[in-house]
Amino acid sequence: MLAIGMEGSANKVGIGIMLHPKDGGAPKVLANVRHTYISPPGEGFLPKDVARHHRAWVVKLVKQALREAKVSVADVDCICFTKGPGMGAPLQSIAIAARMMSLLWKKPLIGVNHCVGHIEMGRLITGADNPVVLYVSGGNTQVIAYSAKRYRIFGETLDIAVGNCLDRFARTLHIPNDPFPGYNIEQLAKKGFRLVDLPYVVKGMDCSFSGILAAVDGLAVSLGLSGEEQAKADDERINSGEADRDPDARPTRADLCFSLQETVYAMLVEITERAMAHVGSKQVLIVGGVGSNERLQEMMGTMARDRGGSVFATDERYCIDNGIMIAQAGLEAFKTGFQTPLSESACTQRFRTDEVFVDWRD
Amino acid sequence: MADYKPPPLPSPFSFTQPAPTLLTQGAEAHLYKTVSLDPSIPAALKIRPSKPYRHPILDRKLTRQRIVQEARCLVKLIREGVKVPALLALDWEGQGGDSGWGGAWLLMEWIEGPVVRVVLEQWEAWMKQNSSSLDEAQRAREEDRVRDLLNRMGAAGAEMWTPMGLLWRGEIVIIDLGLASQSTQDEDRAVDLYVLERAIGSTHPRSEALFDALLQGYRESYKGATSTLKRLEDVRMRGRKRSMLG
Repeated sequence: MLAIGMEGSANKVGIGIMLHPKDGGAPKVLANVRHTYISPPGEGFLPKDVARHHRAWVVKLVKQALREAKVSVADVDCICFTKGPGMGAPLQSIAIAARMMSLLWKKPLIGVNHCVGHIEMGRLITGADNPVVLYVSGGNTQVIAYSAKRYRIFGETLDIAVGNCLDRFARTLHIPNDPFPGYNIEQLAKKGFRLVDLPYVVKGMDCSFSGILAAVDGLAVSLGLSGEEQAKADDERINSGEADRDPDARPTRADLCFSLQETVYAMLVEITERAMAHVGSKQVLIVGGVGSNERLQEMMGTMARDRGGSVFATDERYCIDNGIMIAQAGLEAFKTGFQTPLSESACTQRFRTDEVFVDWRD
Repeated sequence: MADYKPPPLPSPFSFTQPAPTLLTQGAEAHLYKTVSLDPSIPAALKIRPSKPYRHPILDRKLTRQRIVQEARCLVKLIREGVKVPALLALDWEGQGGDSGWGGAWLLMEWIEGPVVRVVLEQWEAWMKQNSSSLDEAQRAREEDRVRDLLNRMGAAGAEMWTPMGLLWRGEIVIIDLGLASQSTQDEDRAVDLYVLERAIGSTHPRSEALFDALLQGYRESYKGATSTLKRLEDVRMRGRKRSMLG
C-alpha cells in the first residue's frame, strides 16, 4: 500500500511517500522532501507568513516527491495529512491541499495526529517495540507510554514547550534561526562551561519552562548580552579565549546556553526516568525536533544505561517534522479501516495524543 | 544490552555482613534491606545515587535538597504520630563513595508487609481471571474490599503528604516520601495528589475509578481536604491538560 503524507503544522512543510509492501515486507520510504520557513535572527515565525510559505511550496513538493518516488498518482492508496496539533493557519493551508488532492484523484483522506506520527515513525526507524517516548519539539513536550490502545501522556509541560523555550532564548541572544535555533544553541553551548543557577521546575511528572526562560532572559539582559551588537562583542570575547580561564569570570552567552541546556535536559531526563520506573520499560525513544540534540541524547543514554536499558533516537530527517511520519501513522490507521470523511477533515490546533484510538497495536 | 549492575554501596554499607539486598530500583532511589547496629535488627536503606547524566553541581544540589526534605518529613510525621518508619541515620553529603561523592542515603526502620501497589496488581490479575465466574454481589464485594483499601490509603496520607509507595499490614504505613513536600499549601498537596492519581491511572487503567475511594478517605480524615480537593480540580485542568477541543 502506498500513502502520501503531508505535514505542515509549524514552519516546515514536508511531503513523504511511504510504501507498505503487500507481502508484509519492511515498509519503504520512497520520498521524503521538506522545505523550511526561516525567520531572521531575533524574530520568530508568524502563522500568516508560514501559511503563505506552505501554500507557495506544497504543490512543488508533492510533484518533487512523486518524481523521486517514481510512482504515479494511480499507485497512491490514500492521502494522509496532519489534522493537529499545531499552528492554525499553516495546518489549514496543508489541509486544503490534501482535500483538493483527495477530490481530484478520488483517494481517501486520513487525518493524522502529529504526535502519533512522530511516535510511529520513531518506532519504525529504530525498531524499538514498546518504548517510553519523550516527544520534545518547539510546540510539544510530553512523556508518553503505550497502554491499552492509547498513547498515554505521563508527564508534560505545564506551559511552553522546551523547544519554544530554547527558540525564544535564541531570539534574546540574537542567535540565527538557520538551520534551526536549537542547533545553534547547542553549538554555542559547547564553548560554555560555567553553570549559572537557574530554576529547576519539576512538578510531579510535569515540568514547566516559562519561569526558566524568564530567569535566563533576565540574566542575559542584566549581563548585557541581549541584542545584536552585544552578540558580536560576546562572540569576540568567546573566540579570543579571554573568558576561558577564570571560572569566576562574567558568564558569556555560551555559558548561558550551556546552563540552560543542562538544566532543561536534566528535567526532561528526570521525568522520563520516572515514567520508565513506573511502566517497567527499559527502552526510551526520543522524537521531535529537540530530539536531534546530541547533548540530550547523551544524557538520556547515560540514564538508560544506568537502568540497564537503551535509548533510541533518529536523525534530523525523521525527528524534525516531516511528511513521511504522517504517511506512516496514516497507513497504520488506514490498514485498520480508518478514514476521515471530507466533512470531518477540519484541522484543529489542539489534538491530544491520548485522543487517538491506536487500533493497530496490541 | 548490558546486564544491569547497581552502583556500589556507600561506605559503611560496603562492609555490612551479610551484604544489603536490593529490593527495588525506583526512578530516583534504590531500596535495600540491611541491618542496623545488630544483625537481628532489620532496616531499610534508601540510597539516592548520584545521577551521572546531570551536571555535578546541579546533581549535588538536587540530591541533597531532596534527601533532607524526605528526612524532615519523616521526623515531622513521627512527631505527629502518623504511621511512618522511624528515621535511623542519614548522610546527605554522600562522602562514603569511592570517588568521594556517591549520592546520599537514608536508613529507616524496617516494616514488614506487601506494598499496596502489588496488592492492587494481584487483585487486578485475580479479577481478570475470575470475574466471569463471579455473580454481581460477589463482584461488588470484591470491589468494596479494594475501595476500602484505597480509602484507608487516602486517610493515611491525609495529614499533608501523599504517599508514593506504601506498605500494608492491616494498617497502612507510608514508606516512601521521596516526592513529598513539607508544605502545608493547598497547591503542593493538590499537586502531590495529582501525581498519585496519574500514577494509579496509568499503571492500573482498570482501577482508575478507585482513586475516588482514596479521595473519600482523604476527605474524611483531613479537615482541610475541601480546599485541597478544589485545588486538585484546578491542577487537573492546568496548562495543556484541559480539553484540547476547539
